Amino acid sequence: MARRTPLNAAHRGLGARMVDFAGWDMPVQYTSVIGEHEAVRNAVGLFDVSHMGEIEFSGPGALEAANKLITNDLARCADGQALYAGLLNDEGGFVDDVVAYRFSPERILIVVNASNKDKDLAWMLSRAEGVKPVDRSDDYAQIAVQGPKAVALVQRLTPVDLTPVGTYRFTEGSVAGVPCIISRTGYTGEDGFELYCAPGDAEKLWNALLREGERDGVKPCGLGARDSLRTEMKYALYGNDIDETHTALEAGLGWICKLDKAGGFIGRDALVKQKAEGVKRKLVGFQVTGSGIARHGYPLLKDGQRVGEVTSGTQGPSVKKPIGFGYVPVELAAEGATFDVEIRGRAVPAVVVKTPFWKK
Amino acid sequence: MADNIPENLKYTKEHEWARQEGKVLVVGITEHAQRQLGDVVYVELPKVGAVLDAESPFGTVESVKAVSELFMPVSGKVVKVNEELTESPELVNEDPYGDGWLIQVEPSDSKQVAGLLDAAAYTKYLKEEE
Repeated sequence: MARRTPLNAAHRGLGARMVDFAGWDMPVQYTSVIGEHEAVRNAVGLFDVSHMGEIEFSGPGALEAANKLITNDLARCADGQALYAGLLNDEGGFVDDVVAYRFSPERILIVVNASNKDKDLAWMLSRAEGVKPVDRSDDYAQIAVQGPKAVALVQRLTPVDLTPVGTYRFTEGSVAGVPCIISRTGYTGEDGFELYCAPGDAEKLWNALLREGERDGVKPCGLGARDSLRTEMKYALYGNDIDETHTALEAGLGWICKLDKAGGFIGRDALVKQKAEGVKRKLVGFQVTGSGIARHGYPLLKDGQRVGEVTSGTQGPSVKKPIGFGYVPVELAAEGATFDVEIRGRAVPAVVVKTPFWKK
Repeated sequence: MADNIPENLKYTKEHEWARQEGKVLVVGITEHAQRQLGDVVYVELPKVGAVLDAESPFGTVESVKAVSELFMPVSGKVVKVNEELTESPELVNEDPYGDGWLIQVEPSDSKQVAGLLDAAAYTKYLKEEE
């Protein structure tokens, strides 16, 4: 039986089409993926992301313990700052991609993918030194408010001045009377917030955002739009674009790996070695120039030989072109390089392009 | 929401509809099918002149999220394809029984046409599938 977020009844009340996602009963769309995608690009959309996991390190030594596990550097950021980071295995492959929140050196919250939560927790417990991580997932519901009108919408519902809360900063305060962590983060390429609240308050917050956002054209959005939005930004999806077998350098996520940070991190030595030897394959973004849409798992061909496969692919609703990404040998990774995508038996031409695919 | 299932059409269990127009059978996907699929963003159709067997794939429709194969309701020759869908695949969503038609087929065996589901049988089939 799939797990339900505290907003399950609200989704059903709004007529959402529900699907099983990582063991959770989640909305894939309410009315139309394209309509929801466009609401986020042009106005504001709401996503229930309560299925994400939250793992906390608290007490003296929390920062050091968490920092040793993640690739980015919590020691170099301020309290009230969040960081996108990886959890890597010893080979430099992804155990998960996460967002780490630094409340103070004694309280770090790491937000992990729903599908990986149990694996991550077990991995952290086996690798953490000093402070042991605690699963706090049941304490949090999470609503993402995304789009050009998102900041103003949230501001109208909170007495907290949001002006100083810049990108990847967060604060705490009440939104629509609900105590929240108000985080200027998201995974759509648009401005906005992710609001963390107690599960019992989630429906109140969701309904207040829908009501107050009516004049902005707010739409509840499902996983379908979330996927097309993040694909246009070339944001990685765990299990598709990143996994235990591809390193952070191959994935183009070297920028979240602070190789020189004090104390290092798990997987660092593998990345240093790979950097010295040279990366042999890379995750690239491509546009299909022939007729057809590339999908996850389709082969990538060069002169008829398989050289990789599509990790994510869709018709980009904003870019209005078939786009995708996949791992290819480095000699095919430069902008302008061409190869074919095998679409149901047909070799369809594609070209490596600059990413993100979507820019305002 | 109840799906529109016009009385005057024939149907397949793969959710295609077929309408007899003289010698030709016009084929599309049902309202139910387009709703399940979501926003159609790409349609791949066969070449005019292709001769295909009943139940064999003749093309695909793709939404943002998914790909669905299209299947011939009867054996026959494709005599026309809806070229407008190249530019405006959303017609499949907006008007599945009208401007969103897919292909026209000259059936090789009229008995196969008679053997397709009628509206009542398709309605019953949809209920059983739920």
